[in-house]
Order: sequence, then C-alpha cells, then structure tokens
Amino acid sequence: MFAPEVAVPLLLSLRVAGLAVLFVFLAGVPVARLMAGRDFPGKDAVEALLTLPLVLPPTVVGFGLLFLFGKHGPLGRLLENLWGVSVIFNWWGAVVASTVVAFPLLYQAVRASFQAIDRNIENAARTLGASEWRVFQTISLPLAWPGLVAGIVMAFARALGEFGATLMVAGNIPGRTQTAPLAIYAATESGDNRTALVLVVLMTLLSFIVIFWVNRWSKHRLKRWTLDDEMFNSTARPGCLTCSNQPRKRGQGSTP
Amino acid sequence: MLKSTKEKRAGIDPMNIFARNKNVSAPVKSLLSVNIFKKLPAFPMQIELSVQNEVLVVVGPSGAGKTTLLQCLSGLQKPHQGEIVLNGRVLFSSTARVNLPPRHRNVGYVFQDYALFPHMTVEQNAAYGMKGNRRKSLKLQEVLEMLQIAHLAHRYPGQISGGERQRTALARALLADPELLLLDEPLSALDYETRYKIRKELKSLQRHWGIPFILVTHDLEEAAFLGDRVMRMEKGRVVGWGIPDDIMYRHANPGGRCPSPYPQ
Repeated sequence: MFAPEVAVPLLLSLRVAGLAVLFVFLAGVPVARLMAGRDFPGKDAVEALLTLPLVLPPTVVGFGLLFLFGKHGPLGRLLENLWGVSVIFNWWGAVVASTVVAFPLLYQAVRASFQAIDRNIENAARTLGASEWRVFQTISLPLAWPGLVAGIVMAFARALGEFGATLMVAGNIPGRTQTAPLAIYAATESGDNRTALVLVVLMTLLSFIVIFWVNRWSKHRLKRWTLDDEMFNSTARPGCLTCSNQPRKRGQGSTP
Repeated sequence: MLKSTKEKRAGIDPMNIFARNKNVSAPVKSLLSVNIFKKLPAFPMQIELSVQNEVLVVVGPSGAGKTTLLQCLSGLQKPHQGEIVLNGRVLFSSTARVNLPPRHRNVGYVFQDYALFPHMTVEQNAAYGMKGNRRKSLKLQEVLEMLQIAHLAHRYPGQISGGERQRTALARALLADPELLLLDEPLSALDYETRYKIRKELKSLQRHWGIPFILVTHDLEEAAFLGDRVMRMEKGRVVGWGIPDDIMYRHANPGGRCPSPYPQ
C-alpha cells in the first residue's frame, strides 16, 4: 500500500503544505492584525489585493509567480543574487505557490476574529499598564485563537490540494515536485487507477481527520470559558482532563 | 494673566464655570485637576473640575459626554485642548504637547460591561495589572478576600454572576495600584439587591483605599448615596455641582426651589 509511488508524493505534499502554512501564519497574523485596526487611505484596495489569490484562477497565480520568480523576474533575480537559489521547477516552487494561494484563507479568518474582539477588553488591559505587545500576546492572540486555528486548517487543506499554480511553477517531476494532487492526475492519465485510488482515499481521510479534530478541539476549548453554565456543563465529558475538575450542576447533559 | 490667556486659548471661559461652582467646589488640595476641551460630533465638550480624596459622581442624560470624559482621563481618547494633572503629574497638556498613553497614566478604569478577560480565571484577571513580584500573592489574596471573591479564584468570568464579575473588575483595577479610579456605570447591569449591596461596599472601598473615585451613573438615588459631590453634565458641559442632599431634594421636589446652586 505504501509503495514509493504513493508515499513519496504524499510526504512531499505534507512537507509542502506544512511549510506553506508556517509562512502563511507568519505573514498572515501581523497583516491581519494591522488590517483589523484603524482605517487608512486605500485600505479597501489593499484588502482586495490580499484576497485576490482566493478568487483568481490558479493558472493566473501560477503565471504571476513564474513572472515574479522567473530568471528575469524581480524576485527571481533577487534570490539568485543573494543566495544563488531559484524556486522555479523545484519543490520550493510548490511551497511558494501553496503559500500564496492559501494566504487569503488564513488572513480572512484571523482578521475577522481580531475584529470580533471587544475593544474594551483590550482597552482594559491598556489601563492596567500593559504595553501593546503584551496586549497582543495575552489578550488579542488568545481570544482570536479559535479563528486562527480555523484559518490554519483551511490554509493547510488548501495548500494540500493545490494543483494549478504548483504545476506551473514547480512542474510535475516525479519524486521531486510531484505532490499528491499532481500524482493523482498523472496516475489517472497513465491508467494507473490503483495508485490514484489509494492516494485519493488517503487524501480524503487525512483531510477529514484534520478538520474533524480541529472542530472538536475548538468547540471544547471555547466552552471551557463560556458564558452559559448549562452550555458549559453539557460539554463536560467524563474522563476529560480539562473539564473533570470543573463543577457539574444537576448532572444535566453529562453524557456525551 | 498668563493663566487666563492659556484658558482662552483652550476655548474655556473660566468665569462661566466658577460662577456656578464656587459654593461647593473650592478644593483645598486637589489630587486631580482637569480642564479640557474636545470637539464631539454633536457638541463641543468643555470640562473643568478638580477632585480630592472623595467620590465624585457624574450624572447627566445619555450622550452628555460622561463616558467621553472618563476616556479622556484614562487616555483612551484624546482631548483637543487643555490639561489633566494627577498628583502633580501631567497626564495631558495641549500646550506642553504631553499625552501619556493609558498604560503610563496609572488610572484605573472599571468598564460598564466589566471587560473582564474571558480566557483568564478570576485570579488571573485580578493579577493582570499587578506590578512587581514581592508579596504579590499575599496582596492578591487579601484583595480577593476583601471583595469576597477568593472562593471563585479559579473560575472563569463566564461562570460567575454579574455581581461577582463586578467585584472581579474592581479587584483587577485596584490591584494595579491606580492613583485614580474611574467607574463607568458600574452598577447598571446588576439586579436591585446586588446593586444595593455593592454600592455600600464601593463607598467604604474608597475610604479604605484613599484614592479619588469618579463614578458615572444615571441613577440619582445612587448618585446621592455614593457621591461626596455630584456633578451634572449636559451636552458636554458642567451644568451644576451639588452635594447629595440637593440632588435628592430636587429629585423629590421637581420644580421646587433648591437651597444650593444646582441649576434648573
């Protein structure tokens, strides 16, 4: 089952998606924080620009990235001059493509959850002597965390499934840049339905597990400090480490 | 002379205010003195007041600028002109171009909806603004006990009652060791019994703590009970000062003649 023609693309996909999510996270959180803040001229245009990769056809993104990172593109030349590297037609190209395409998903989710935070809660921290960094670290970030996790999951799923832009930027080189979606396409084209089916099942399973786990986790975590005693108690599961020490009233809803 | 030109530049007519409050407001030593001007969408706000070690209650209709005043004092909003001095420290001055950010003002703020940190326990909330580590836990314990929330230390704000949230917000503000405490309608979200209980505690808390409290409320009875002095605001201006008895007198005898300069 885990023949190299299945395992190699799958592992590459996981590696590419993991790195892409890391980059998306590092770029998306500060940008979302800035955009959730005060207005500035041209904010709507910036907003549209940041969301663009979500709605553009992947081939347009791929073309754009080829242009930017190509031998004569501005970023391509910069990378060449600085470190003598190129991202075109190697697996870093897949990372770049996945990062760009997945960025809007995380950005949107995180910005929305930053905006949903009650301004007075952050203001209260300020009147208590907290610096802006401490406010961000101890108040804004933890309160936006559920949205952040949702964003990470969606970005990961999108990066895992990235096809069009990856094909254009990184190519379809088996063993080097062939990610799982590309491998499925290649296997189907060449009539190797067995490999394609195994990959399809594994991808579906993987995506399902990730989303299922995150949904469960965020629900559970939210309820821990929720407002409503009844809601809180109805989710307190026996044998659960985080809720077993909490009081349970009237025993209602204690069975899951 | 110098002072009056400064005031003129600040757009404040000192005669206007002194004529009204000279009877009741002549502080010997004021801990907080405020003289600010801010343009609001509907009207300009123009406030001059000084507060000693007392509870000053600010009353007035909705939209009179009461919350804006508190936010200007805490640094969450910026006045356009004027000066705010607390214990000799200049918090804001348009002439000296000083505008300390909230975190350097050392002014406590209890929000109307408490604004507790929902992801922290009562204890973590209360300790958030504490400075230094020495005897930290001792003081924390003492204040939690004084406000009768020590037994809730490990609960989250979502799991306690409105009155308990209020006490948590008070503990949090006081433990940051403020030099001035601002309370924005602190009792309005509470039921009658809790409200009655907490307002008694608030007054003794101020005596115990020894810092000025400025408290905003809609409720005249509450103002009369809590305030050492009561200031009435309308459309961004101070329209009258009173001691609590006047307020109650006017409340009970609408249209009657008032023994104090509390205006019609």
